[in-house]
Amino acid sequence: MLRRAALIAVPYAWLLALFLIPFLIVLKIALSDYALSIPPYAPTLDLSEGWEGLRTFFAGLDFETFRFLTTDDLYWKAYLSSVWIAAVSTALALAVGYPIAYGMARAAPEWRPTLLMLVILPFWTSFLIRVYAWIGILSSEGYLNQILIGLGLIDAPLAILNTNVAVHIGIVYTYLPFMILPIYATLEKMDESLLEAAEDLGCSRVSAFWRVTVPLSKSGIIAGCFLVFIPAIGEFVIPSLLGGSETLMIGKVLWEEFFNNRDWPVASAVATVLLLILVIPIVLFQRNEQKQREAEG
Amino acid sequence: MRRFSWFNATSLTLGFAFLYLPMVILIVYSFNASELVTVWAGFSTRWYGELLRDEAFLDAAWVTLQVAVASSTIATVLGTMAAHVMVRAGRFWGRTLFSGMIYAPLVMPEVITGLSLLLLFINIGLDRGILTIILAHTTFSMCYVSVVVSARLVSFDRALEEAALDLGCSPFEAFRLVTLPIILPAVISGWLLAFTLSLDDLVIASFTAGPSATTLPIKIFSSIRLGVSPEINALSTILIAVVAVGVITASLVSKRSAIRQAEEERAAVRAEG
Repeated sequence: MLRRAALIAVPYAWLLALFLIPFLIVLKIALSDYALSIPPYAPTLDLSEGWEGLRTFFAGLDFETFRFLTTDDLYWKAYLSSVWIAAVSTALALAVGYPIAYGMARAAPEWRPTLLMLVILPFWTSFLIRVYAWIGILSSEGYLNQILIGLGLIDAPLAILNTNVAVHIGIVYTYLPFMILPIYATLEKMDESLLEAAEDLGCSRVSAFWRVTVPLSKSGIIAGCFLVFIPAIGEFVIPSLLGGSETLMIGKVLWEEFFNNRDWPVASAVATVLLLILVIPIVLFQRNEQKQREAEG
Repeated sequence: MRRFSWFNATSLTLGFAFLYLPMVILIVYSFNASELVTVWAGFSTRWYGELLRDEAFLDAAWVTLQVAVASSTIATVLGTMAAHVMVRAGRFWGRTLFSGMIYAPLVMPEVITGLSLLLLFINIGLDRGILTIILAHTTFSMCYVSVVVSARLVSFDRALEEAALDLGCSPFEAFRLVTLPIILPAVISGWLLAFTLSLDDLVIASFTAGPSATTLPIKIFSSIRLGVSPEINALSTILIAVVAVGVITASLVSKRSAIRQAEEERAAVRAEG
């Protein structure tokens, strides 16, 4: 019994100390006021004063920093633009990933483990390097422009790097395995005699695809979309390396508030609101997973 | 007849070209003699030499390796414990909170994890350096380990463990002699995952590293910001090669052990009959 308690207590204590408590600190600083000091905030919660401290904290609770987020255009525009960039990239990843997953599921069974491995392998290689690879391709003297000019398709180099287009390409490229794998998992399990039945009943191949294959892979599509959409919203590396001055993403804003402006309360408030926004897709994703498990089990 | 058409062949070819071409270009141009990354000027291994003489990069590589080995090892122990708790411990006080804390770091934006850990370290007055990066990496990678290991534990036949207990094993012996060998492939892949996650992490390390400890991704990031450089191409090629060799070896080893296990089972069935 004691052993069981110790087994539970060790990872539990670790996660409490290094996951939950840090969040409470973020929340506390988000509710504090900015100050020109070290550290750069004036706490409004003083636990050493006991109940008295807690009472003054609640009495003085003014959500000043959160109100500030609504008054400055920058923040809500950054949230909206993050969600928009993530949504467009997710749609593009679906358009690129679905045919790949479909081709894999229809390949000869002895080929499938190799193809699966080829999809997973990039996931193991450094994220930073995969983003970096696109800088050389997309820059104005980069390989893509060299090829296009060499072919005589364009006269002047296209400006792709440091635009939102480059950010979309970067997100699609780095998160593509997350889109392919769940779709492949549902397509591989599909009973192909259903397609034959549809064709016997007079469906064309194309309409059999839209009316049988796509609905049957719906849970994989939903899972893949969330797996791309959720991490893309808070992305920092891709917008800061491939994006330009027009690229507004909340992960970058948080980073700059903290490291460049040293405004800890605002950075903490930005983090808190980002988390609240993410709760919606995460809950929807969990529900989809649960539904799938119930359908299978 | 399988429905494998020209359409499927084309989409697979284009898809894998999209996934692999950028890395192939990166590797090819790491052997470029020119200082301009995008202009080919003949084959050379010059940049690999420069890289090996660059003290700052070597220091960063050493820090990264220390952090990755330490954090992935601690994370594997903690993550395996956590998986055991999730699958086996039954009901206990605060179970929902526990499983929430296991899954939340998987979907948490890195900027938030980094920020919150940094604020914690400042609050408790812990100097930032290698130790704080190890603590941070352990925390998020133990969650990945526990997901990988608990998937294996769920499909594990508990009767084997109970048989060992009936035959006089202590619970720890039963774990060491029966459970661990069976879940070992999952534990190893959990460790590998934790190791590569740590090797790869830029954002959380940037928040939790002090001026005394710079990891390789932090160094790479700051030099990429100044522009593309052939040295980074060389470094990327080395990292890609290490990962590719590691992953392919791991998958061949696990495939061989699966074949051996299948053969043993078949032999056992024959012996019984």
